[in-house]
Amino acid sequence: MAKRPFDIRAQPGFGFVALLTFFALYLPIAALVAYSFNAADSLSRWDGLSLRWFISAWQNSTVQDASIRSLVLAVWAAALSTVVATMAALATTRTPPYPGLTFKYAFINQPLMVPEIVTAVALLIVFSRIKVWTGYSGLGYLVLAHTAFCIPFAYLPIRARLEGMDLKLEQAAADLYANPWRTFRHVTLPLLRPAIIAGFMLAFVISLDDVVITEFVKSGGQDTLPTYMLGQLRRETTPEINAIATVFLALSVLLVTVFFFVNRRKP
Amino acid sequence: MGWSVPDRNAIEIRGVRKVFGAGENAVVALDTVSVPIRENEFFTLLGPSGCGKTTLLRLIAGFDYPSAGEILLYGDDIAPLPPFKRPVNTVFQSYALFPHMTVAENIGFGLEMLDRPKAEVKARVAEMLKLVRMEQLANRRTSQISGGQQQRVALARALAPQPKVLLLDEPLSALDYKLRKDMQIELKRLQGETGITFIFVTHDQEEALTMSDRIAVMSAGKILQVGAPRDIYDRPAERFVADFIGESNFLKGEIAGTAGGRATVRLSSGAEIPASLPEGFSPSGAVTIVVRPEHAQLAAANGDASLSGTVENVVYLGTDTHFHLRLDDGSPFIVRRQNSRGGGEGLTQGSRARVLIGADAAQVLKD
Amino acid sequence: MASAEEIARAADRKDIRDRWLLSAPALIIIFVAAIGPLFVMLAYSFMVKGDYGDVKFGTFSLDGWTSVLFERDIFDDTLGLADAHLTILWRSVRLSFYTTVLTLIFGFPTAYFISTRPPKTREVWVFLVTIPFWTNLLIRTFAMQQVIRNEGLVNTALIQLGILDRPLQIMNTDTAILLGMVYVYLPLMVLPLYASMEKLDFRLIEAGYDLYASRWQVLRRIILPLVKPGVIAGSILVFIPSLGAYVIPRVLGGGKNMMLGNLIELQFGAGRNWPLGAAISITLMALVMVALLFYVRNVSRSEAGHG
Repeated sequence: MAKRPFDIRAQPGFGFVALLTFFALYLPIAALVAYSFNAADSLSRWDGLSLRWFISAWQNSTVQDASIRSLVLAVWAAALSTVVATMAALATTRTPPYPGLTFKYAFINQPLMVPEIVTAVALLIVFSRIKVWTGYSGLGYLVLAHTAFCIPFAYLPIRARLEGMDLKLEQAAADLYANPWRTFRHVTLPLLRPAIIAGFMLAFVISLDDVVITEFVKSGGQDTLPTYMLGQLRRETTPEINAIATVFLALSVLLVTVFFFVNRRKP
Repeated sequence: MGWSVPDRNAIEIRGVRKVFGAGENAVVALDTVSVPIRENEFFTLLGPSGCGKTTLLRLIAGFDYPSAGEILLYGDDIAPLPPFKRPVNTVFQSYALFPHMTVAENIGFGLEMLDRPKAEVKARVAEMLKLVRMEQLANRRTSQISGGQQQRVALARALAPQPKVLLLDEPLSALDYKLRKDMQIELKRLQGETGITFIFVTHDQEEALTMSDRIAVMSAGKILQVGAPRDIYDRPAERFVADFIGESNFLKGEIAGTAGGRATVRLSSGAEIPASLPEGFSPSGAVTIVVRPEHAQLAAANGDASLSGTVENVVYLGTDTHFHLRLDDGSPFIVRRQNSRGGGEGLTQGSRARVLIGADAAQVLKD
Repeated sequence: MASAEEIARAADRKDIRDRWLLSAPALIIIFVAAIGPLFVMLAYSFMVKGDYGDVKFGTFSLDGWTSVLFERDIFDDTLGLADAHLTILWRSVRLSFYTTVLTLIFGFPTAYFISTRPPKTREVWVFLVTIPFWTNLLIRTFAMQQVIRNEGLVNTALIQLGILDRPLQIMNTDTAILLGMVYVYLPLMVLPLYASMEKLDFRLIEAGYDLYASRWQVLRRIILPLVKPGVIAGSILVFIPSLGAYVIPRVLGGGKNMMLGNLIELQFGAGRNWPLGAAISITLMALVMVALLFYVRNVSRSEAGHG
């Protein structure tokens, strides 16, 4: 009889299912990327490798506009949400419970609890009326909406970091004659920086990825890259959409990878 | 001792080796260990952490497999059996009580897994609760009881399926001193009442001496000596054993003659003293001998003496006093003397002292 | 002169006031662009619908709410749309349930597999789950389309192998939506499961085997109860967004196989019935709240049990 060690961690078949799952997770992405190099005019055929759809997407002015709009929007939303989330995190951590604290937690996390489509149509109702009243239909609405749903994501890592931070460091600074602002500037903020970067990146990715809320809030001619793609998917698609998706995908993977390494480098 | 220790072996470890890792990173955890463990005995594996005692226990339980050698349970090789088919139960160091079950559910778990009838499980659980005096807490969650109570539940859980051998992996190490003392007595009682073979792992020499029928002292993956507590303490065969258990004075000397398991050793002072030899060991030339501090006596000024030196320190410990001496050859030596009321005549720091080593006090070491 | 007690109390009050000021911007933004509009929507659901979308402001009507379930003329004279609503509601709940079960069936072994890897490789496996998690949902939906469409990976392969002679129609069916949701939401199941399995005390599993439990019994009696919080969290994290799915059914379901999210869109678009859309939205939100409540109750109970 073979004396194979009895592995208490093993469960029969689990490894197989796991590997199958990983395969299934990456197969569609691989297919998407593969078809973006398709030389054919349509997705129905495969005519060999080519970069023509990447070039075509690059030269497509609508895609250019949408990409720039997506980035501008994501930068604004991520920056604003990170700033206000940092403030909120400072206000809700390292304190004995005070009246309204639980309320604040619930409030800040609310955008995570409501289905996006519901928030989207609610914003449509309110903003469409405001657009009529004020006559303003710029990017501001999208910035505001994106900032709101990015706040809980930016808040998460910052709060976690603050909770692990020793208040004694700030007390030491105060003991050494630093006023509250300088304590914040020279002690709290530097210690908090990795979490703020993480929060910003999370918010950035979340904003960049959003399609539902943007679709309902945007005014005419305000397509972002995701809403542009959603519109394209309704039609007979060409591999150009694959090329755009592939580039988008590469950008996301890059961001996540950077995030992964920034987050792992713990002091 | 109120029970007999028959010669039948419950467990027999034969040439067991265990190597973790491979190639350059290989670590030998057990280096060809052989030892029989008798039925109904309280057998202790004693040694410092990393000596391989827990590894040996895990091999018996079936959580690891030996790299070589075999483990027999009542004569049968249990190597092919996974842990859940071995009639052996473990009391884990951390207790490993299931947090999602009550005390009674924990105790009944093993019997339930053995598909015993519900009524039997219930009766046995009640019996076990009574045995460990936990009847009132049967329906508590294991997180709601104290450390000592968790310890009892862990014991009851392991005893409930009536294993042929009970393995205990440092089960008392998490308890505070007082509770540990109580549990030592409790464990001894349980072993007597159940008549199950206990294999107990500890790094605490006092625990080992108090509870065991026999002790195996382990170091660096090897068993150095097996014997009754008294043998181990009075007749340590190796320096490590003497050092690990109790306090020891080590003296250098030379064999002047051997006869019938005993030797005469000439010390550097020129004095010759009688010493016992480890079994089957007949040395010649330079040897080290060990003398327990309480086995040496301070000699009267004009009486016989084996050694002499200067008192460096006198430590009063209530029941007895330790005299720290510096012998004339420069080596340290401690003499322990029991205190009596009104005693304590004039040895103080700096005084000269003479030491007498009695006929049965010295033991020759193998290394 | 102020007593020590008064000074302390004043300092406390100032601290709390500062904390409110500090959190005010975040709270205001969320109120203006997330919570507030929900209340406006609630109000809209009780108004009379406008002729070209929107509502007749300041009017009151229960029509929006009654049409959620009951028959009413929406497209001129088309009757029996309430049936359609029920079908869509049922499809949403059913597909979300299947999605949850399927992600659990695949996610549980996956999370367990990851948690039993050596620490260094474990990070890599987690990372491999995280990447799809942070990849655009639309792109992942689109990626699924590449696999299941008529000229896609699966059909091409099956035809090449001679198993099929005509492509299998998967796109624009409930199956396509289900596949898409399982694919897209799988990381949401794996990650919380992994989080609770990572904390699993393997000594308890040893104790189980020591007490004669078989592999299956250890799984059912020890591992499963211990990672139950992760199972519940994962199920909720998958079920809730499934229920509110909009992009996946739109891309893979092809217009006819709507879910609640698409029905809501329809009312704000071609349907031109904002009060009804608002009412359905609030219904969807209520369903989500019920699921969340179930979660909170279960988690607090299992925590009380362990604490």
